[in-house]
Amino acid sequence: MKLLNKALLMDDDAIRRAITRIAHEILEKNEGIENLALVGIRRRGVPLAKRLQEKIQEIEGTTVPLGALDITLYRDDLTTLDVQPVIHKTEVPFSLNGKKVVLVDDVLYTGRTVRAALDALIDIGRPQVIQLAVLIDRGHRELPIRADYVGKNVPTSKREVISVRVMEVDGEDGVSIQDMVD
Amino acid sequence: MAWQHKDLLGLRGLSKQEIELILDTAAPMKDIIGRDIKKVPTLRGKSVVCLFYEASTRTRTSFELSGKFMSADTVNIAASSSSVVKGESLIDTGKTLDAMGTDIIVIRHAASGAPHLLAKHVKARVINAGDGAHEHPTQGLLDMYTIKERKGRLEGLTVTILGDVLHSRVARSNIWGLRTMGAEVRVCGPSTLLPPELAATGVQAFTCIEEALEGADVVNVLRLQLERQKKGLFPTIREYARQFGLNQERLKRCKSDVLVLHPGPMNRGVEIADDVADADFAAIEEQVTNGVAVRMAILYLMMGGSGSGAVH
Repeated sequence: MKLLNKALLMDDDAIRRAITRIAHEILEKNEGIENLALVGIRRRGVPLAKRLQEKIQEIEGTTVPLGALDITLYRDDLTTLDVQPVIHKTEVPFSLNGKKVVLVDDVLYTGRTVRAALDALIDIGRPQVIQLAVLIDRGHRELPIRADYVGKNVPTSKREVISVRVMEVDGEDGVSIQDMVD
Repeated sequence: MAWQHKDLLGLRGLSKQEIELILDTAAPMKDIIGRDIKKVPTLRGKSVVCLFYEASTRTRTSFELSGKFMSADTVNIAASSSSVVKGESLIDTGKTLDAMGTDIIVIRHAASGAPHLLAKHVKARVINAGDGAHEHPTQGLLDMYTIKERKGRLEGLTVTILGDVLHSRVARSNIWGLRTMGAEVRVCGPSTLLPPELAATGVQAFTCIEEALEGADVVNVLRLQLERQKKGLFPTIREYARQFGLNQERLKRCKSDVLVLHPGPMNRGVEIADDVADADFAAIEEQVTNGVAVRMAILYLMMGGSGSGAVH
């Protein structure tokens, strides 16, 4: 199966503006940074969470704690996959107890990744509240999950693929939509 | 890369990449053991049977906990309380477990090769938890994990395996694994306890402990298997302790940052002195923790991502 580029949805400026807006929304909704923490879902959620942390630091002058979550061990489809996922480390170097945690990921699709991330977070500690921030919401939910903060809503068909690229992982920033071609 | 084998029967024949995959997977598993809630749902609905024909505390408990930490259903069978005492054969026991939907059988047996025989006759995946004087792959892996964690590497290290190499499945798994990973392996013990086929494995054999320890980065002290010493292979335990017991004085010949390992259970004052076993440079308790992490990694690799294309 090949992928055919269809359109560029966001360039680096658009991503930067989305991050800035989400940072403001997080601060507004939580009335500041008290007890706030950011946790990115590996892999591309982590650099996005880092950028949100930097933006919040810029606005408020204080750094909020940042963690990285690997959800491989919490997936419900491990034994049906042909390719074995490599497990990376979960690094949450602070207590989650009583925190307002903003979970950060690149794309929200079926909701299964977020469900797994919620399980993983709850095994590490007991946050006061968990909110969800995503760069792209492409729809097609299979679970009752919705994001609190969305960079861009993109209605898609299931034959389309959303490709998020971030500088820290892919060497460039951009979001594009691709078609699956048999 | 993905795990490509049905079973884990020994370290002989495993590639460097496969060993690295297991060791790399064990690192995040160790984090889980350190958490308040030591449980992930990865193997929910999978069943692991520990079939032990020999007594064991740490290996059996370690496998049982690794399965439980990953939400598998684990069952222990001690041969002494099973149909084995009624004369049931190993193959029939295996087929019975298969018929109950067992996913993984962890087997310890006094006969070398028993796990291989079982693996040929069951659909379940088989993990060798020690077979006679042959291999104990998960112990070899946890030893390598501990060395790598403390030293940062395996390649280029000099590892001296000290003691009853003849009867030791731990020694064999260590030799195969460490050689594959590029370490230099020495063995040392009374000549009656050094197997003659050693030369073919590429290790240096010593009967003088002082020579064997010279410049070593790691000393892995084997347990003197008192239950297997019925043939009079050395005169007395006291003499063995005097000739081959590891003490502080002898350790001075090793590198200053030497690491001491022991697979346990220890005969204190025989193969290892008390003050060596309890020193900071010994990682004996850490080996036990790492054993759980390594076994979790193996269970994950054997059960996770095992779609149609992954196993042959």
